[in-house]
Amino acid sequence: MSNDILVITEHMDGKFSDVSFEMVGKAKELASALGGQAVAVVVGGGVSSNVFASDSTIHIDDAALSNFNPEAYGKVIEALVKEKSPKVVMFGWTVTGMDVAAWLSARTGAPLAAYAKDVRVEGGSLVVSSQAYGGKLMAEVAPEGDMAIVACLAGSFPVEAGQGSTAGTTMASPVDAGSLKVKFVEAIKPAGGDVDITAQAKLVSIGRGIGGKENVELAEELAKALGATVSASRPVVDAGWLPRTRQVGKSGLKVKPKLYLMLGISGAPEHLEGMKSAELIIAVNTDKKAPIFNVAHYGATADLFEVAEAMLELL
Amino acid sequence: MNIVVAIKHIPSIADDLPVKGNNVDFDSVDFVLNEWDEHSIEQAVLIKESVGGTVTVIGVDLIGELDNALHLALAKGADKVVKITADDPAADSHMQAKWLSEAIKGMGANMVFAGVQASNDLDGQIGPMIAAYLDMPYIGGVSSVEANGDSATVNKEFAGGAGAKYAVSMPFVAGVQSAPKPPRYAPVSKVRQMAQSATVEKVAPSGDADVRERPLRILKMAPPVVTGHAEMIEGSSKEVAAKIVELLKSKGLA
Amino acid sequence: MAPKFEKAKAVEKEHAVVDGVDVSGHWNRMFEQRVIFEYTPELIEKIADIPNAESFANCYQCAKCVAVCPVDVVGNYGPRKLYRYAQTGMDLTEAPELWLCTTCANCLRVCPKEVNMVKIMPAAREQAILDGKFVPAELQQAFENTAKSGNPLGQPQRKRDAWIQSAGVPVPIIKDLGRKVSVLWYVGSYPSYHPRGIDAAAAAARIFNALGIDFAILGKEEKDDADSQRLAGEKGLFEMMTEQNIETFNKYEWDEMVVTGPHELNAFKNVYPKYGFERPVVHYSTFLARYLDQLKPMLKHPVNKKITYHDPCYLGRHNGEYEAPRKLLEAIPGVELVEMQRNRENGYCCGGGGGGMWMDSFTAKHNTTMRLSEKRAMEAASTGANVLAVACPFEVSRFTDAVKSTGNEHVDVLDILELLDRSMRGE
Repeated sequence: MSNDILVITEHMDGKFSDVSFEMVGKAKELASALGGQAVAVVVGGGVSSNVFASDSTIHIDDAALSNFNPEAYGKVIEALVKEKSPKVVMFGWTVTGMDVAAWLSARTGAPLAAYAKDVRVEGGSLVVSSQAYGGKLMAEVAPEGDMAIVACLAGSFPVEAGQGSTAGTTMASPVDAGSLKVKFVEAIKPAGGDVDITAQAKLVSIGRGIGGKENVELAEELAKALGATVSASRPVVDAGWLPRTRQVGKSGLKVKPKLYLMLGISGAPEHLEGMKSAELIIAVNTDKKAPIFNVAHYGATADLFEVAEAMLELL
Repeated sequence: MNIVVAIKHIPSIADDLPVKGNNVDFDSVDFVLNEWDEHSIEQAVLIKESVGGTVTVIGVDLIGELDNALHLALAKGADKVVKITADDPAADSHMQAKWLSEAIKGMGANMVFAGVQASNDLDGQIGPMIAAYLDMPYIGGVSSVEANGDSATVNKEFAGGAGAKYAVSMPFVAGVQSAPKPPRYAPVSKVRQMAQSATVEKVAPSGDADVRERPLRILKMAPPVVTGHAEMIEGSSKEVAAKIVELLKSKGLA
Repeated sequence: MAPKFEKAKAVEKEHAVVDGVDVSGHWNRMFEQRVIFEYTPELIEKIADIPNAESFANCYQCAKCVAVCPVDVVGNYGPRKLYRYAQTGMDLTEAPELWLCTTCANCLRVCPKEVNMVKIMPAAREQAILDGKFVPAELQQAFENTAKSGNPLGQPQRKRDAWIQSAGVPVPIIKDLGRKVSVLWYVGSYPSYHPRGIDAAAAAARIFNALGIDFAILGKEEKDDADSQRLAGEKGLFEMMTEQNIETFNKYEWDEMVVTGPHELNAFKNVYPKYGFERPVVHYSTFLARYLDQLKPMLKHPVNKKITYHDPCYLGRHNGEYEAPRKLLEAIPGVELVEMQRNRENGYCCGGGGGGMWMDSFTAKHNTTMRLSEKRAMEAASTGANVLAVACPFEVSRFTDAVKSTGNEHVDVLDILELLDRSMRGE
């Protein structure tokens, strides 16, 4: 048993994602409240681990782990957790962290608080604020027991607080790569040919409220009139109404345009991750309680079709 | 190929979610099929169509209204449907995953699919937990699965169209992000036929003792405290449009 | 999937005994021993066992139906042939022939055994859908569009009343009106969305206004009748739409419903009563014919055209209205009305009924030499007419394409509503 906090960092192509630094910064704060250490955990080779402001860094530096492998990462982290008996294990609630956090929770019996926006210590115990139900509700949860797993939404904490340099202790991987049932074959590069929405100054972004493929045309007309490009939230892309290259959010792209005009997007946390740093966010949604109105600079509770059509007449 | 699809019946977030005590007021919300489950069902049926096999769809019946989702699954090509009669709308992912694992254990599944996530996954998704309970590997964010003999080629998505291809030995659990094709249309005639004729197998929940021990205790649930709020543009749709255009023009954006 | 039945096989016999009687040929009746074929009835029974398809087994192969079947005219088809194919091993539920019938009902008119393809086809198609058999992709798309968008064209529900702008006259929406109207005008999907359909809808709006009719439409609340989807086998979809439509219809107070399309007439008048909706519904031609005396003086501008009129199957044969459309046409000054050889009870089919509207590509690939609409367009042209007048929203688009593809562009395809409107306004 320790009061340490293990932060499972994430890297791809030799670079750590922002959420890794965010968590390290938060872990330092929690560690001092709990009387333990903030330990950055780096799984995989091909990356320099000396970049965190953590109290210590453990680097399982194995070339066989360079590419993300949910099974291998899970086993490595499980072994480490057994050895270190930390108080808290932090993951990013990301496309990789999501593969391991809940698995580890079920394996160890430790509770998991997902969709974490905030983590704090109250009266010696951990309290997590999680964004549930697509951001419609905030839940205050208390993980009970010796160890807690917290999976944090990207963009919840400042990046800078986690940046620094702490030389890593290198550890060998406890996992025999040959025995794995999941094997990395090759990377898939994004299909080219479409516009790069991350390079656009103006985006008209559509969500579930657009209703159907037949209505996408209206957004395209509006985008054309504004000199913008159409992007979308995940449901629109999953339904096949727009190609994946247009998706903004956690499993899509992060954009930072001058204008982000949102039509029928409620603002689930996954989407917010991809667009909240846009310079001007205007949201039109029929649901006056849509979470997006807490993030947008301007909002209107209105029928997106009527607004789009009326805008077209004025442009 | 024996494919099991584990689904989740969840409160609809299309409307307001009233809170009662420290949780959602489950009596006053509609329950719907988790939208990612439509993709995992589609993925399962696509595999069955290409290499043969059976698709079993199983879910925890939280409020006694899961049948509609199961009939729809049958109409789309599932062969068998099972509901775990829990009658506990507050059952969390851990409890559901445990019950599902106990029920799936004896099914001889080559692959188990679950939606990559659900909007009520406060304590995590059922997919990775089922994998842990059944001692199978898990891979999530999956955008396609192709079965070849006793292994499968699985594409996992990272972000913005990037991803990776994995070879995964069966049996395994996959969290499906999206099927290679949008979920198919189920003829209404077929759904109605299933509602009249199909058998929904019922299983009592079992194996819950050890997951109830250490729950994630919910202290409070409430609509988010608004820190910043958009400046709301009032008026009719036409007035809203005019104000947006004016705003864009003033900032040189239109 | 293995077929439920082994395909029937003809067994060749030189002698056959039926109920103790030797039915083999006799030397003094034949030069040679008669060869007798015995067929297994399974594939006929398979169809006849489906509820509503029982009459399939009644066929005694007289072939009266083939002579009037519009599909046989351009291909090789007809109810008698389907029976014969089933006898020799065709499982109708998995054959392309399942999707060729337009439910035009001309066979039923002449059948001495009351083999009713209008009931058999929807039932057999539904069975094919339920059994997961082949269903033409374009038809499935129309089903899906109807379920998701409320119309088979897949157009947005919110644009259902967008056509109003082209009418140039007030078209009240019943919800906004907030009072009882004497006429609830159900516009229909094609008149609401199809560019050529909209022309007819706008014309109707102007005519109703000119006659001072107290009418309103459902606007964005209106959804497809789905009758053709029912005839194409998606009864569940039809029932779902029916439940929604009846609820909408009953929300408002009105005396009589006028429909633009014969398919809607068929649905609301003949089928909806089974679902508890029994209120007066008329086709616009029947409705306007009542106003002939008032209408005639308004038809000021001659339309100097030779016009031939195509009887829609679902207005004529299915609902018995042959004269009202002709009376309206004859009321227009300058019109010379000529008949095609096949008219009224024996009118030819445009190919759009029974789901045919959404299966043109499929039909083209299966034993047909041309579209039914093309055959009809040629018949219209051969009368020397320069206008083909129609009274069904499916037909305007179908025949407009057909006159072009058969080199008969000189024949204008116009809805009777458009002709009346032209005579009123002088275009």
